[in-house]
Amino acid sequence: MSNIEKLQYYFEFPYVRYAFIVGILISLCSSLLGVTLVLKRFSFIGDGLSHVAFGAMSLSTTLPVMIKQYALSWSGEDKLSPRMQGVVNWFGGLNDMYIVLPVTLVCAVLLLRTGQNTKIKGDAAVAMLSVGALAVGYMLMNRFPSRANISGDVCSTLFGSTSILTLKREDVWLCIVMSVAVIAIYLLFYNKIFSVTFDESFTKASGVNADSYNLLIAVVTALIIVLAMNLVGSLLISALIIFPALSAMRIFKSFRSVIICSAVISVACAAFGIIVSILSSTPVGSTIVVADLGVFILFSLISAFVGKARS
Amino acid sequence: MATEQIISMRNVCKSYKMGSERLNVLKNVDFTVNKGEFTAILGPSGSGKSTLMNIIGCMDTFDSGSYSLNGIPIHQTKERELANIRNHEIGFIFQNYHLIPTYTVMQNIIMPLLMRGQDRKSAEKDCREIVEMLGLSERIHHKPSELSGGQRQRVAIARALCSKPSLLLADEPTGALDQTSGTEVLKLFTKLHEMGNTIVMITHDLNVAKWAQRTIRIVDGEISEEAVNA
Repeated sequence: MSNIEKLQYYFEFPYVRYAFIVGILISLCSSLLGVTLVLKRFSFIGDGLSHVAFGAMSLSTTLPVMIKQYALSWSGEDKLSPRMQGVVNWFGGLNDMYIVLPVTLVCAVLLLRTGQNTKIKGDAAVAMLSVGALAVGYMLMNRFPSRANISGDVCSTLFGSTSILTLKREDVWLCIVMSVAVIAIYLLFYNKIFSVTFDESFTKASGVNADSYNLLIAVVTALIIVLAMNLVGSLLISALIIFPALSAMRIFKSFRSVIICSAVISVACAAFGIIVSILSSTPVGSTIVVADLGVFILFSLISAFVGKARS
Repeated sequence: MATEQIISMRNVCKSYKMGSERLNVLKNVDFTVNKGEFTAILGPSGSGKSTLMNIIGCMDTFDSGSYSLNGIPIHQTKERELANIRNHEIGFIFQNYHLIPTYTVMQNIIMPLLMRGQDRKSAEKDCREIVEMLGLSERIHHKPSELSGGQRQRVAIARALCSKPSLLLADEPTGALDQTSGTEVLKLFTKLHEMGNTIVMITHDLNVAKWAQRTIRIVDGEISEEAVNA
């Protein structure tokens, strides 16, 4: 079977098509945000929030087991009451996003607020939240395992190895709605986001409520991280956000051209990564990130070469 | 005819918490600025002049007292409205220009107008008029890195003027300039004052303050002296 035939064969499956659509949308959104985060020197907030998302995902996965275990030990019986079983089943059937999204959103706001606090500096707050969430997540997964294969679950959450291929139609729609919301926010508030990104003091002086826009950026970051968790896992999200922006900045200088180039790189790498992972059975997330890394190295070389030629 | 007041500050106090102690930065600050006046607020480093500038510019709140800007009671105004007031009533001029390096002169000048929601075409029209007045027409498509310090400050002044504010608030506008460029900028302020603009300039330099019509001296958070310059 040739590679084209292999791809045609795989794309007949809805889950592969879903993965492709979601992958493209997430990479587009993350590249938009990446430019702002890199320029504002907020890259680590993305990293911190991705760890928070891991903790929240662990909580969401283990919540039915946790409730079941505590309910059984409280009642002292071997079997749950029908009412309690209903509660456990409800949590078991709940989409992870309904827990992961609000937890990540709250932490995004907290991080922003703590970053302005003089007692705990921004980078320390991010590090604290990041390792704290990671530890809580891993502890929950070990204490309340939902399946026997704990390391598989942890690996999947951290590296997104399989979750992109297990998306349901509902997940795809949720992803489309959230992606459209992110893109709409960017288009509607382009001038203000641009201004807040470059110069907060001037933006504030120009009559923009800079704090609100910082909050908006934090909320969008949280949204994208939750979306991207399915694609590349929580450990690799930062790469998806930062690499396209950094690559584009090697060559382009204006905000608009950096954003456009970053979006093109990100979408191209996501499509390339998904296709390569289908053809060669590599993990989707890491293949995309390796592609992003490759583009970054290529663009850095081009930038160095052009710089040398000019001088 | 009664003189219209742009700034009316009455017994304004401001303090910051420093560990377990409170540091009183402004103590019963009381002054007015009339429409069309060119006023310098002069004070050494740590005198509270930057805090005062932030309060005048509606960028900071105060603990007690009252402050009206162009008749608007700022002490009773919420942050969302304050942002609107900053955009419509005040033109800020910073010591280090705060220009966006990747934007041209034109793009920098029209930025506050675009943020206000004005369409690009009419913003560019407004910009051209001001750029011409300030002698920057030939530099309109240049980036800040291609301009001298004096020209950058003139761009910052053009940006402040573009939104037709009731008050031009300049924070050490000559602080980053050599003497020749600084004098050029101060001459421009005099010209803008003669055209009827109200200007408040914060400075630590007595020679700069002398260019203003009136000087308010601030020491240790208190207004120590008000003088009309010759």
